[in-house]
Amino acid sequence: MKKLFTPLLILTAAMFAYAPVAIQNAPYESTMGLVQKIFYFHVPSWFVMFSAAGVCGIGGAVFLFTGRKDADRFALAAAELAVVFGLMGLLTGPLWGRKAWGVWWQWDARLTSALVMWLVFVAYLLLRKYGGAGSEKLSAVLALFGMANVPFVYLSVNLWRTVHPKTSVVMSLEPEMGRPFLLCSLAFMALFVLVLAARVRLENMRAALDELYLSLED
Amino acid sequence: MSPEARQSFAATVWLVTKKDLLIELRSREVVYTTLFFAVACVLVFAFGFVREGVAVDDAAAGILWIAIAFSGTLALGRTFERERQNDTLRALMLTPADRPALYVGKLTGVLVLLAAVELIVTPLVALMFHAPLFAFPLMMGLLLAAGTIGFAAVGTLFAAMLVRARSRDVLLPILLYPITIPVIIAGVRGTAVLLQPEVNLPVARMWLSILVFFDVVFITLALWTFEPAMSD
Amino acid sequence: MKKVIGLAVVLLCLGLLATSALAQQPPQPPEGFVPAASVQGQEKLPAAPLVITAYSVVWLLVFGYLWSIWRRIAHAERDLSEVSRRLAGAQRR
Repeated sequence: MKKLFTPLLILTAAMFAYAPVAIQNAPYESTMGLVQKIFYFHVPSWFVMFSAAGVCGIGGAVFLFTGRKDADRFALAAAELAVVFGLMGLLTGPLWGRKAWGVWWQWDARLTSALVMWLVFVAYLLLRKYGGAGSEKLSAVLALFGMANVPFVYLSVNLWRTVHPKTSVVMSLEPEMGRPFLLCSLAFMALFVLVLAARVRLENMRAALDELYLSLED
Repeated sequence: MSPEARQSFAATVWLVTKKDLLIELRSREVVYTTLFFAVACVLVFAFGFVREGVAVDDAAAGILWIAIAFSGTLALGRTFERERQNDTLRALMLTPADRPALYVGKLTGVLVLLAAVELIVTPLVALMFHAPLFAFPLMMGLLLAAGTIGFAAVGTLFAAMLVRARSRDVLLPILLYPITIPVIIAGVRGTAVLLQPEVNLPVARMWLSILVFFDVVFITLALWTFEPAMSD
Repeated sequence: MKKVIGLAVVLLCLGLLATSALAQQPPQPPEGFVPAASVQGQEKLPAAPLVITAYSVVWLLVFGYLWSIWRRIAHAERDLSEVSRRLAGAQRR
């Protein structure tokens, strides 16, 4: 597994280096013009956020029902990533929306439910930091409930009339837009794997440190 | 589930609920303080949203549900604080009773408490905001019931798990509100529909079905995770 | 190993510079049909600063987070080596 890290890092860096070229060459969208190009980083950052939320929920569930501590470490790492990449999506979206819709924020179904899902993972981190002993299990339960939100967020644009573009937009992209989008999505998912691996490594080191402290006391 | 197992499940639920209600009836501490807090909430929001003596449109629905959410959090905190003081929750978990039955028993107790509060706060809101909350009493009652069940289902689980955590007072709202915001939204929107001059019942039914969906998901998740979460 | 990471960092930085530079070029005439009625005053708002800010946010968050992880790992490594040293010392006695 460790051997894959460096090649993946090089590949991701190359993809990110090429991405601006691909995005520049992509055609302008007819109604939104230049500002639509935020799409190429906005949507992939939410993809990463959903993936991180899923990893957190699954890791939490595994920890809850089998007691495996490494699953819990994955969950904690993924929760932090979910907050970071969710923040990215929450900041790039309004920058796009300011021009496309004329307002920074709307209380429509997609934006509200995405914000709420992000808040769940912020709450997760607060719980882990300030909840004291035994908060690992409670945070796993929280992650499970938060994960139940994900399909709700994703489908909200299809179920209700909202200003946010529908999910079908992605599937119906023209190739000139679809290719750079695919590149950016792959780059972000690769980045997700890399950053998650790094963060999990930090958690493993902390766990090893705790063990060493314990044996030092003996 | 066999008939005997079902019977013992129901018996456990009834035992736990009866115990909680009896304790509460003796002191009535939680119900009185929660009720007063709910009324205070309504008043604070009333002062905030009233312009020239008249309430802003649609404010009644939001105020009602916010009062329920805030006072519900308080009630959950107080109920489980009582358990924490004598470590009775751990004693409960040591009994051979079915874990999900314990959860349902505690949930029922909380629901009875919140129902008592809502019975007083809802007419109060209707009165103060001239809102025809009782034009469609069945739909209103169903919305309140479904929303309260969803809120209390998550709240009971989280409050029980936080009993031995640090900073539990502030952590309960932090954990509870993001998860239950969809429930509150659905409750507010469903109630708001009933307050329109031309009531659109199918839309209200849609919001009710969303609430029921959340209730099912939350209770299922709670029943599933209560035991592994509470065991050391 | 360090050379590889250094190369990767250089490529990522080039990407950041390229993005900001390319975003400032004057927009080409849009393909496709003329847009339908848009909100008043919206056309006056320049898109370029918004796009640059958005991409900067992404890069800042990515690099900031990676740097934060790297710093915490370095801290943990220091602690680990120190505790191991103390443990070895205690075991020898």
